[in-house]
Amino acid sequence: MNSLLEVRNLRVEFPTRRGTLVALDDVSFAIEPGEVLGVVGESGAGKSMTGAAIIGLLEPPGRIAGGQILLEGRRIDNLPYEEMRRIRGRHIGAIFQDPLTTLNPLYTIGRQLVETITTHLPLNPAQARERAIEWLELVGIPAARDRIDAYPHQFSGGMRQRVVIALALCAEPKLIVADEPTTALDVSIQAQVIALLKRLAREKGTAMMLVTHDMGVIAETADRVAVMYAGRVAEIGPVREVVKHAKHPYSSGLMASIPPLDRRVDKLAAIDGSMPRLSAIPQGCAYNPRCPQVMERCRQQRPDLLPAGETRAACWLYAHD
Amino acid sequence: MFAFIISRLLQALPVMLVVSFISFAMFAYVGDPVAIMLGQDFTEEQRQALIRQLGLDQPFFVQFGTFLGNAVQGNFGISYRLSRPVAELIVERAPATLELAFTAAFLALAVGVPMGVYTGLYRNSWLSKFFLTFSLIGVSLPTFLIGILLILVFAVWLGWLPSFGRGEVVNIAGWTSGFFTWGGLKALVLPAVTLGLFQLTLIMRLVRAEMLEVLRTDYIKFARARGLPNRAVHFGHALKNTLVPVITIAGLQLGAIIAFAIVTETVFQWPGMGLLFIQSVGAADIPVMAAYLMLIALVFVVINLVVDLLYYAVDPRLRIGKSGGH
Repeated sequence: MNSLLEVRNLRVEFPTRRGTLVALDDVSFAIEPGEVLGVVGESGAGKSMTGAAIIGLLEPPGRIAGGQILLEGRRIDNLPYEEMRRIRGRHIGAIFQDPLTTLNPLYTIGRQLVETITTHLPLNPAQARERAIEWLELVGIPAARDRIDAYPHQFSGGMRQRVVIALALCAEPKLIVADEPTTALDVSIQAQVIALLKRLAREKGTAMMLVTHDMGVIAETADRVAVMYAGRVAEIGPVREVVKHAKHPYSSGLMASIPPLDRRVDKLAAIDGSMPRLSAIPQGCAYNPRCPQVMERCRQQRPDLLPAGETRAACWLYAHD
Repeated sequence: MFAFIISRLLQALPVMLVVSFISFAMFAYVGDPVAIMLGQDFTEEQRQALIRQLGLDQPFFVQFGTFLGNAVQGNFGISYRLSRPVAELIVERAPATLELAFTAAFLALAVGVPMGVYTGLYRNSWLSKFFLTFSLIGVSLPTFLIGILLILVFAVWLGWLPSFGRGEVVNIAGWTSGFFTWGGLKALVLPAVTLGLFQLTLIMRLVRAEMLEVLRTDYIKFARARGLPNRAVHFGHALKNTLVPVITIAGLQLGAIIAFAIVTETVFQWPGMGLLFIQSVGAADIPVMAAYLMLIALVFVVINLVVDLLYYAVDPRLRIGKSGGH
């Protein structure tokens, strides 16, 4: 039985005039049908890049330089543009960060929904319009039948993100790549949108790759979580384990930096230093200059994902040789 | 919408007033119309009679009022040079200029927009690089040189197209048109290319720059992520978002084409308003110059109004009052 999505040793490079930057290096994970995989990490860790690689929309000159991406056992990383286009929207939907800029301002939301539906499903425009209204109702747009001919600027940010969710789901893909879907929204709206995404994914049996740097969202929504650092997966495992008993020193640092709600703190915990630039990733484990438990081996050899309790962590602490 | 048009027309009134004032000032202060009209041999009685007849003994503002009143009725006086009513001369010449200008503008848009889209989409193809190099020539070569070069190649060397004039024209209810005869169409080619080439390259470069800008936006990325075919993404979503600036520039350029067809009309001896104007300048034929000035101001005012209305058609965010938002 194949996983819904399998990413194997994915490597993404950006050729520049001053040498090639490796944005993603040896990234591997899988998503099972109906599962929500959270992907966390600092800005620039490669979370969004991974999402872009999966939907086949890496910004040029970025390119997949190695590894494979398989959707239901079929390789999709090397498909011609036209074949990949048919997969986008139909099999893999995408949700972007800022709903204010994701919708074309010159077309009604109805038109944008109908064109997406008719592109992927064998419906005529009238049927597609009915389907569009159903989707708007599903994502909680009040008076959907009256609002379908409204333009994006006539909706609030939260409502627009609901429209974006409808657009991503309307051809009923099996996987949604949601790239920081709530980051641009008001805090009060974030919870609603996440709850909506979670509910729709469960009802439709859609799997989701949820990219965010909001640990709260992950803890609430994801089944498993992948922690990324400097273009690599540092730790991957069930969300409860990673949040409560992180194995990789980076994950534990990340979890420790979440301010507690139940007591007063004067100083927020932080990890010393900052993530290396892509042009200066250190030899060995990319985290070694910041790691409190650094060993000699970490500076020489790069660790693979090693079993560590219920999770797997790319850390020499868990090496048994 | 109707109220908007009315308010824009009201805003145009001061513009037209100022322009007519300048036209009038030209009458009053550039040269002495009496001396020009009388010639060399006249008596003092004839001079006084002409001054009274032209109303030049009246106070300044009364004269301006009379001028305005006449201008509103389309009466711009008599040409000094040709001794015919100015309005008649302009009406006679307008079809030639308008046909030339609209052909040039059509050419610029019909070729410039697709070239701009192409060079925006395929930035690195050799054809895009060729178009860009070619557009540099179009932008940098002066109109008269392009005209003369085209005449040299297509009229003198190849002998395919006439080098001057409008060819045969058909008169339809007072409108002379070169669109309906083979000779008229042939005569239109070189002047239209000359006049439109700069606009074409300008529009191409503008569309290209706008396309590059729009293609980077999130909604284009999202349109791709929704799996829409390239044609829908490029022409449905991207091109439409480039239209607002393109309409602005194209509108202003159409005004410029009509107003400044002078050089092209001179090179090709095209019997339009520009040629009339340049000949009038040579002869200090002030009534014609004044009328031309006001006409061009009117053209710009009308074009700006049309451009504003097109914004409304293209961009829903500008339409007020139809909102159903929270």
